Amino acid sequence: MSFIRKLGGAALAVGILASPAMPAMAAEVTIGIRSEPSSMDPYFHNLGPNNAMIGHVFERLIDFDSKQQLIAGLATSWKPISDTVWELKLRPGAKFTDGTDFTADDVVYSFERADGYEGGNSSFRTYTKGKTVKKIDDMTIHIETESPYPLMPNDLTTIMIMSSDAKGTGEAGKNKGVDAKDFNDGTATIGTGPYKFVEWKKGDSIVFEKNDGYNGQLPQDWDKVTFKFIPEEPSRVAALLAGDVDMIDNVPTVDIERLKGEADLDLSQGVSNRVIYLHLDQERDKSPFVTDKDGNPLDTNPLKDPKVRKAISHLINRDAIVARVMEGVAIPAGQLLPDGFFGRSPNLTADAYDPAAAKKLLAEAGWADGFGLTIHGPNDRYINDAKIAEAVAQFLTANGIPTKVETMPKNVYFSRASKGGPDGTPEFSFILVGWGSGTGEASSPLKSLLATHDPSKGMGASNRGRHSNPEMDKLLLEALATVDDAKRATLLAKATDIGIGEDQGIIPLHYQVNTWATQKGLTYNPRTDERTIAYDLSPVK
Amino acid sequence: MTVFIIRRMMQALLVVFVMSFLVFGGVFVVGDPTEILVADDADQAERQRVIESMGLDRPFYEQYFSFLGKALQGDMGDSFVFDEPALLLILDRLPATLELATASLLISVVFGLPLGVWAGLKPDSITARTIMTGSILGFSLPTFWVGIMMMLLFAVVLQWLPSTGRGDVGEFLGIHSSLFTWDGLQHVLLPAVNLALFNLSLVIRLARAGTREVVHQDYVKFARAKGLSDSRVIFVHVLKNIMIPVVTVLGLEFGGLVAFSVVTEFVFAWPGIGQLLIMAIGQLDRPVIVAYLMIVVLLFVTLNLLVDIAYSLLDPRVRLRDIKA
Repeated sequence: MSFIRKLGGAALAVGILASPAMPAMAAEVTIGIRSEPSSMDPYFHNLGPNNAMIGHVFERLIDFDSKQQLIAGLATSWKPISDTVWELKLRPGAKFTDGTDFTADDVVYSFERADGYEGGNSSFRTYTKGKTVKKIDDMTIHIETESPYPLMPNDLTTIMIMSSDAKGTGEAGKNKGVDAKDFNDGTATIGTGPYKFVEWKKGDSIVFEKNDGYNGQLPQDWDKVTFKFIPEEPSRVAALLAGDVDMIDNVPTVDIERLKGEADLDLSQGVSNRVIYLHLDQERDKSPFVTDKDGNPLDTNPLKDPKVRKAISHLINRDAIVARVMEGVAIPAGQLLPDGFFGRSPNLTADAYDPAAAKKLLAEAGWADGFGLTIHGPNDRYINDAKIAEAVAQFLTANGIPTKVETMPKNVYFSRASKGGPDGTPEFSFILVGWGSGTGEASSPLKSLLATHDPSKGMGASNRGRHSNPEMDKLLLEALATVDDAKRATLLAKATDIGIGEDQGIIPLHYQVNTWATQKGLTYNPRTDERTIAYDLSPVK
Repeated sequence: MTVFIIRRMMQALLVVFVMSFLVFGGVFVVGDPTEILVADDADQAERQRVIESMGLDRPFYEQYFSFLGKALQGDMGDSFVFDEPALLLILDRLPATLELATASLLISVVFGLPLGVWAGLKPDSITARTIMTGSILGFSLPTFWVGIMMMLLFAVVLQWLPSTGRGDVGEFLGIHSSLFTWDGLQHVLLPAVNLALFNLSLVIRLARAGTREVVHQDYVKFARAKGLSDSRVIFVHVLKNIMIPVVTVLGLEFGGLVAFSVVTEFVFAWPGIGQLLIMAIGQLDRPVIVAYLMIVVLLFVTLNLLVDIAYSLLDPRVRLRDIKA
């Protein structure tokens, strides 16, 4: 409504002033989002809200479309020219908003700053390490690695390219003399992207304007975009209903039915790359939250037996969770990524609710009488997370595995789940977590969740159940060094078949579906990476 | 009196010191902010790097003493989340909260006093009973719920007022505030009323009680006997005498409004310090939480002191002196 009001107002203004300098129609849009970024510095914090917001101003060499498929960004083509060298051709005619031309020097500069970033809340070094960027000519670069590196294009979707002419106020030696705050006030926020930075009112809003010098392929439907931060769910919905914003993200599931009934609104829904899953302690013989049915500690840990894990998977009615807890807005999951993603296994579907089969498996494993568990989960991280944990516990309790539920705020939960136990081991035995694949393919969750926990190799960083299977590790490592896409996809699928199909190293519950709501006349491309971006919002044509 | 003020200052420093220890220790125990801040797909080495760059790998006492050392020089540390000085982040957001608190205080006084005096003058009338029942609601209904309801009614159904956020900022006498623009006033109205409800009820009750007491006193009777008009008796003689408790309480409540407008700010997406605090707690941004609470303690101590001093100036019977145990 406010979108239409503003259009009307602008049209009126044009009519009255009739000035030749006025655009035919100033299209403005206001978007209410849940999370404020922590910085406008492209390398300060590898975080969803940051990557989404900063991506309006800075482009990557290669970009993801709304389905996380690769599209050209500042590179127009990319291909491996040998086992260890990738060649990228850069987009001619691209200009930074300060008027300077974009060249290979900017790419080299950006990679240097990203790779050497000091401070910050998590760097992009995960994606830059082991890569050497070489300028061949102004419009060509080579990226060299020590060993074959197939994920090159996916990694390049993370690093944004800034201007090597950016001037900052920081110490000369640190981060090229450009501080995070120089980006927050606009001094260094000079990019080649479809929008240019106007202003960030902390806690309130970020404003962008159309970048007229942009020559890429992303749509630029808006002359001015305002992102308003409305963290509270009912308030965000109210702001949309009141017509104060044209779109909101993270529509709460309880409100979806109601908003569908509003004639003035439209909803966009799409599956995300995030799987909600259960991790089970597969390492310790005495797991702290595995007990007998009366709550006494057990000397053996039934969760170490794949049959028991499989049985638990069969005891969970995913369809019921999706229908009741998620109000139909989720997709039952049988592996790490939903349909359409690279490296999925063709063999795995969501386990059916089958108590009889589960009891048989438990009996085979020697646990026919059941045992006791406690499920731990966050209550403010994923959509309806606490309710999902409760539902899982009820299914297990009803089928002979009495399960207690303990949920807590994410700021307490994650440090306990990762290292709350003695010697920095995971504190819990049975936990609810979620994982979004930033690279848009299966190696990311395999590497972090199912590969053997090994800090020295950087494997299994979020493997809180400590699943370990050398055979799967081998397949994964082989996949990570296989440049041929088809071969790599097969290897990743095989690794998934072992990690989830045979071992049930994690129990996938469902893929999260995200919902955006817009005023009538607008439409949003639901993004699998959960980002809310102005160039995916367009007027209905 | 000077001795009194100096002693008060010393007490304040002690309170701030104890508080800093409690909050610092409390947040330290709750958890590790890097678990929330660091990207999911970062490997263990990257996690370790962030932990070290924030100084979180050092033992508690080391972290605390290095914090104390810097705090003594006025540096409360850099926010973990934003990597900017915590104090600046708070001061940056303070004007928004101050204007919300001011607007809310004005609403409480402008509406609370007349309603309370009315209820005190005609305690048995239906209007008075309605006012008093209303004030009970003001005390007891949760701010969160009332905020959402007001938003639904005035922004969604009637569409009279904007739902969330702060409006345009104007300048007047060198002060920047959204209270100086029409857009800003529209935006501040709902959250200010929401925040004012509790104090409005408080003022109504104080004014009513004061009026009930004062109207039976001799000087009011004498004023009436002298033939003064009703309005002069009420506005000059009654009002003046019920103001002392009202002013005292509101002085303290203003501190409360600034410090704890958290819920209202969160519901109305008001970019003030309350919202900053909620975010900081959610992400265990310890420097911001500690700096915020230390500022709040200082604010309260100062307000208390000012109220005491003002009181002794207003009422000559009150003397400031130490009460030794």
